[in-house]
Amino acid sequence: MGRRHCVDAYLGRRFLAGTVGVRLGPVSDTGIDEASAGLTTQPESDATSPTPAGIGVSGWLRWAWRTLTSMRAALILLFLLAVAAIPGSTFPQRGTNPVEVSQYIVRNPTWGPVLNRLGMFDVFAAPWFAAIYLLLMASLAGCVIPRTRLHWRAMRAQPPAAPSRLSRLPEHRTLELECSPADVLTAAETVLRAQRWRVRREVVESGESTWVAGEKGYLRETGNLLFHLALLALLVAVAAGGMFGAKGQVIVREGSAFSNTLTQYDSFSPGRLFKADRLVPFTVRLDQFRATYQEDGMQRGAPREFAADVVYSTGPGTAERKATIGVNEPLAIDGTKVFLVGHGYAPTFVIKDATGKVLLDDSVVFLPQDGNFTSDGVLKIPDATPQIGFTGVFLPTAERDPVRGGFSSFPAPLRPEVFLSVWRGDLGLDKGTPQSVYRLDTSSMERLGLKNLKPGQTWTLPDGLGTLTFTGVSEYATFNVASDPGSGWALAAAVMAIVGLSLSLFVRRRRLWVRVPETSPDSMVEVEFGALGRSEAPGLDQELDSVVAAVRRAVKGV
Amino acid sequence: MASETTLAYISNNLVYASMLAYTVAMVAFAMSFAQGRGRSDSSTSVSGAAETQTAVGSVSVDVLERTDVESEPGSEPGRRAGNIGMSVMWLATALLLGAVIARGLSAGRVPWGNMYEFSITSALGISVAFLVVSLKRDVRWLGMLVVIPVLLTLGTAVAVLYTDSAPLVPALKSWWLLIHVSAAIICAGAFTLGAAVTVLYLMVTRVDRRVAAGEGPGWFGSIAQRVPSADRLDQMAYRTNSFVFPLWTFAVVAGAIWAESAWGRYWGWDPKETWAFITWVVYAAYLHARATAGWKGHRAAAIGLLGYSCFLFNYFGVNLLFSGLHSYSGVK
Repeated sequence: MGRRHCVDAYLGRRFLAGTVGVRLGPVSDTGIDEASAGLTTQPESDATSPTPAGIGVSGWLRWAWRTLTSMRAALILLFLLAVAAIPGSTFPQRGTNPVEVSQYIVRNPTWGPVLNRLGMFDVFAAPWFAAIYLLLMASLAGCVIPRTRLHWRAMRAQPPAAPSRLSRLPEHRTLELECSPADVLTAAETVLRAQRWRVRREVVESGESTWVAGEKGYLRETGNLLFHLALLALLVAVAAGGMFGAKGQVIVREGSAFSNTLTQYDSFSPGRLFKADRLVPFTVRLDQFRATYQEDGMQRGAPREFAADVVYSTGPGTAERKATIGVNEPLAIDGTKVFLVGHGYAPTFVIKDATGKVLLDDSVVFLPQDGNFTSDGVLKIPDATPQIGFTGVFLPTAERDPVRGGFSSFPAPLRPEVFLSVWRGDLGLDKGTPQSVYRLDTSSMERLGLKNLKPGQTWTLPDGLGTLTFTGVSEYATFNVASDPGSGWALAAAVMAIVGLSLSLFVRRRRLWVRVPETSPDSMVEVEFGALGRSEAPGLDQELDSVVAAVRRAVKGV
Repeated sequence: MASETTLAYISNNLVYASMLAYTVAMVAFAMSFAQGRGRSDSSTSVSGAAETQTAVGSVSVDVLERTDVESEPGSEPGRRAGNIGMSVMWLATALLLGAVIARGLSAGRVPWGNMYEFSITSALGISVAFLVVSLKRDVRWLGMLVVIPVLLTLGTAVAVLYTDSAPLVPALKSWWLLIHVSAAIICAGAFTLGAAVTVLYLMVTRVDRRVAAGEGPGWFGSIAQRVPSADRLDQMAYRTNSFVFPLWTFAVVAGAIWAESAWGRYWGWDPKETWAFITWVVYAAYLHARATAGWKGHRAAAIGLLGYSCFLFNYFGVNLLFSGLHSYSGVK
């Protein structure tokens, strides 16, 4: 009875006695059936379970479980998983690109909301996607657990007795040796044990046994089970990492610092079970950001090197340490990692009112809009009366074009220039609604003037509002800070999966027998060797040859 | 700087020269097939069909796997053309090797920093894999199906993907470039070979079915009589794909480790990652299908080809159609 239909997952074709029978014709050789039994855990039939009739709820449940754990179900679920992942690449995803998702919905007013409700913008968090992989994992568990039991039994079982006719096996050799049958069997046993075969040689009551059996390649199934269990472990590790971990993004200007606390992050996405007190205490100060770019050729402007020189400490009173965070070199502090993911310019300004009082003396983050770092930014001066604000464009290498106007032609600050508009009115900061620091709400403001400035230049603002000096350019770095307690486990599981997979695909399970006739007319013994492997057992012939040669050597040495 | 430009120039010309040589090899392999057509189609195809029938639902048997190609050397038509094809193949591969080395020297790094370089290195990988196998056994019958993807890859590289030789963007500066991308290149070569053999398998089974049904061998008749039996092809395809699968798993895991250090997360469903996952799942389905009754043979072969198309889409489609973190193609 085909109890487990899933059996022999991944490992290709079954090797069954029936095969040998097909090849040799309709003759049935029960000896060989027995010899190959359990060489694979493949069931005799993997047809779908028959539908139960009138067996009640428990019967239906059993049927459902059997169907779920069948190979066919696994196959269908794998296909479903592949198909379900496709929209995750064709539609913008909230997890990676939330802005594009909202733009997509605005652009497609009819289908956008429908797709949204179907979870097409959040495929990998959608319930239907989870349903598929959880069913697949259930199917896998339902398959692997009984197989582990079977394999455990097989691992401790003895190799089967020699089939009645070794000549019917796929590989067969005979050898004439001049010594006693018992000596041949002893030599064969020694050789097989030396070659790490599991060996069986039973003493029969009538006297000497006439055969030695060997079996090898148990690691194949071990690897197969390890692989599937590793996949389960991987899923658990990924899920745990997502639930207990957190990631946040923070912009740090040159000369300023950030502490690893919730309030300091520009954006923060914790896992469901994350607690804020799990944040590792540390402070990172950005001393200098360095960037180099390709200066000539077709790829002019392509980035070549990014590095953030930082100083960090793990709490008040602890020593400060220097480090450089590069694109492939994150800074790890107590299991939390700080990654360099972006950078931009923060021009520095000094703004004074008409009396000469300093209203602002700081660098201001401008967000890059293109590969050459044409950057947008705003300045808000709530302390001025009336309130003033600026919208501006920063160009690291300013260029002018009659059509496009000002634009940047290179990402490095070769000819920095800033274009500013000054606005007067109500900044809207007191309304209580949260506002982006990168956007000026000009609904209740009026524009008074426009000016372009080079470093060091001062603009005397209209209507006696004071002065603005563009004092220079500094850079900022964008850091991702992530803690993922599952990542080490996920890596371990992935390594286990690869090891298991390699074992299950490259180790061959095979059996080998050496037989001598019960009685020998003279001093010559005709020794028979036979070997049986799974279908994808290349090299079985050479292996048998080497055993034959080793036995011959051993006997001659006796 | 001048010498670097010269090296890049030399590399480009070597690529053209190798494409010319591969074209000659392709013509030679095609001729070796065409000359085989003259022979009666009875012997090989019928025996092939017989083998297939005995082996339905079971396994191939090593003893029966000797093919006509191997068993009667010298007498078969088209042999000379096949030999010429092999020699020219060696020449073309040597030229391409020179091109890849010159390219790497001109850029001062491993020659797979953008899609163009990845493509020419993959083409080299496919050719070398084929030639290495050819040292051990007679695989001239496979030449045609190796040289076509190599030429297509090189053609696409030169016409669509070409990028000037240049140093790397920061995200690619890592040892993982060596590990992750070279694993992907080997996978590209082996997946291609596996798919080529699978296509042959489907052709041969078609011929076998026609012959068994008493019809003529049809379009693929002349091919079928020059290649190993359907069973043998099926097994070769399986062995190739089952060799690639762990390697592909490794390539994906290595990519995840690299992604963790470069982008701060090991898996983020970037389009490239998504399609690598889809490819992995489809090949996993292929391996399962081979162990499931009713899915062996044709259906499994079709799944294998589906997996290969996913792999190709992941390479060309994802880089050119979607914008993601893997946009290193340099194609504008």
